[in-house]
Amino acid sequence: MPKAGTRDGYANGLLKLGSDSRVVVLDAGVSDSTRTQKFGEKYPERFFNMGISEQDMVGTAAGLAKCGKIAFATSFAPFLMGRTQDHQLVSVCYSEANVKLVGTHNGLAVGEDGPTAQSPNDIAMARAMPTMIVICPVDAVEAEKATIFLAEKHKGPAYLRLGRPDVETLYDDSYNFELGKASFLKNGKDGAIIACGVMVYESLKAAEKLGQEGIGVSVINMSSIKPIDREAIRKAAGTGAIVTAEDHNIYGGLGSAVAEVIAEEGLDVEFKIIGIKDRFAESDTQEVLFRKYGLDAEAIAAAVKKAVGH
Amino acid sequence: MGARLEELREKARQLRISSLMLAHQAGSGHPGGSLSAADILAVLFYHHMKYDAKRPDWPDRDRFILSKGHCTPLLYSVLSDAGFFPKEELATYRRLGRLTGHPNPKLPGVEIATGSLGQGLSVGHGMALAGKLDKKDYRVYVLLGDGELQEGSVWEAAMSASHYKSDNLTAIVDNNRVAQDNMTAQLKGIEPVDKKFEAFGWHAIRINGHDIPSIIDALEEAAETKGKPTVIVADTIKGKGVSFMENQPKWHGKAPNDEQLKQAVGELQNA
Ligand SMILES: Cc1ncc(C[n+]2csc(CCOP(=O)(O)OP(=O)(O)O)c2C)c(N)n1
Ligand SMILES: [Mg+2]
Repeated sequence: MPKAGTRDGYANGLLKLGSDSRVVVLDAGVSDSTRTQKFGEKYPERFFNMGISEQDMVGTAAGLAKCGKIAFATSFAPFLMGRTQDHQLVSVCYSEANVKLVGTHNGLAVGEDGPTAQSPNDIAMARAMPTMIVICPVDAVEAEKATIFLAEKHKGPAYLRLGRPDVETLYDDSYNFELGKASFLKNGKDGAIIACGVMVYESLKAAEKLGQEGIGVSVINMSSIKPIDREAIRKAAGTGAIVTAEDHNIYGGLGSAVAEVIAEEGLDVEFKIIGIKDRFAESDTQEVLFRKYGLDAEAIAAAVKKAVGH
Repeated sequence: MGARLEELREKARQLRISSLMLAHQAGSGHPGGSLSAADILAVLFYHHMKYDAKRPDWPDRDRFILSKGHCTPLLYSVLSDAGFFPKEELATYRRLGRLTGHPNPKLPGVEIATGSLGQGLSVGHGMALAGKLDKKDYRVYVLLGDGELQEGSVWEAAMSASHYKSDNLTAIVDNNRVAQDNMTAQLKGIEPVDKKFEAFGWHAIRINGHDIPSIIDALEEAAETKGKPTVIVADTIKGKGVSFMENQPKWHGKAPNDEQLKQAVGELQNA
C-alpha cells in the first residue's frame, strides 16, 4: 500500500459521505492543507470556507447542526482546539449540536512550523470537554472509516485528530472502525505499548527492536481515546508492563487516560508515559524532533525495558 | 393597529414586571438588560415572528437567539407566556430543573445555549445558511448586547453573514450603553455601531428601541432587504421603566429586594 496522510483519509471519507445532503463541511481558510478542498470542489453548495476565523466557524457549524446538518468543522489542531474551547463548550457540546471538529497537523510531527503549530495539548482539551468523544486514527483507512462512522453512527460532538505526515497504511478496506475498541497490531508476553496516531509506527519499530533482544511486546492502536477500551488495557496489564506513546504533552492525553483506568481498576502493572515532557519544542523534521524530544522508537524501547525490569 | 400597539405595550409592561419578579424570587439574575429589551421581545414574539409554541421543532419556524444570554428573566417570561412551557415552572427559575440562569438548550423555545457572550451571531448565521440550503423561508433573529459587541467573534460573524449575503439573518443590538461594571463607552467605545455594521456589508437601521411602531417597521424593513443581512441598532435604556435602575451598571446583575420590587412594580404599573 502506498503511503498517505490521515488527512487524505478524511477527505476520502467526506467524498464518500457527499451524497448525503445533511453533510456540510466547514474550513477556516486552510482547506488546501486540511484537504477539505476536495469536498468543496465536488459539493460547493455544502462547503463553507469561513476564512481565518475559527470561533465563527465552530459557531456556524453549531447553527447548521441545530438545523439538522452533520457539520464537519476543520482546521489545524492547535487553532481549532485552542482558539474555540468556549464555543465548543457552549454552542456545541452543551447545546448538543452534531458537530465534528477535525484538527489536522497535530503534534511535533508537524515539524518545521515550530511550537505555535505543534498542538501539544489538543487531546487534553478535547478529553476534558463534557460529551465530546476523541478519535486519533493511525492511517488513511482508519481516518476514512472514522469519518464515515462519525457521520453515520455517532450523533453528537467529536474531535478527530489528524496528522500531516504521509504514513504507511496498516489497515485494508475490510477494517471496521469501532468506537471504544482498540486493535492489537502485535502480541507479546513481556509488555504492551499503547499508542495513538503517528506514535503507533514508532511503537511498531520499538517492538521490532525489542523482539530482536528477546523481549516480546504487544502494540495496541488506541485510536479511540475517549471512550477508551478498558478491556484492552486490562489485557495489556496482564503482561505486567504498559508503556503509552503519544505525540502530545504527557499531561492530559492518552497516557493520562490509560493511567486513570489502571488506577481505578487497581491493575498491578509497571507503567510509563512517553510523550512531550511538558515543554516547547522547536523547528526541524519530525525525525529530528522525535529523537531530541524523546518520542522515537529508541525512547519507547528504553521505557519498555525499564518497565519490564531489564 | 392602534389596539394592537396598546396590546404590545401592555405585553412589554407585563414582561418587565415578570422579569423583576423572577429575579426577586431567585435572589439573583439580570434585571437591567431584561428591562431594556422588553419592547423588542414583545414585538418579536407577539407580533412579528412565525412560530408554534406547541411545535418548538417545527422546521419552518423563525428562530430567535438570545446572544446576550444573561437576560433569562425576560426570555423565560416571554417563552412561558407564549406557551413554550408552563408558567408554573417559572417558580423553579435558577433552581434545580430546566430554568437555568442562562438559556438551557433543553428548554422548548431555546434554540441554542448562550451565556458566554459573542457566540450567538455565528450560530444564528449557521441557521440562516441551513435555511438557504434547505430552501426554507424562515428568518433568524439574534439579540446582542452593546457590551457584547466588544467580543471579536461577533465581528467574525458579521463578516461572514455579509459575505454569504445572508439576508434571512437579522441582528438586533440592545444598545443600552451599559455593560456590567461600567458604561460601555468607558470600557471600550463601540460607536458608531450602525456605521461599523455598514462597513461590514450590512444594512443598518437605527431606532428608538422602546418605540413599538419603530421596532415593527424596522423588522419589516429587515425582512424586505435582499442580498445582505440587516442590523437593527435599538437605542434603549438599561433598566427601562424603573427610576432607580435606569442607566445604572449596578442593576446589571442584581436582584431587587422586597421593597425595591414593590416600588419598581408600582412604577411600571403606573407608567
Ligand atoms: C464571554 C463573556 N465574558 C463576560 C461575561 C460576563 N458578563 C455577563 S453580562 C456582561 C455585560 C454585558 O453587557 P451588554 O452586552 O451590554 O448586555 P446588557 O447591557 O444588555 O445586559 C458581562 C461582562 C460573559 N457572560 N461572557
Ligand atoms: Mg448593554
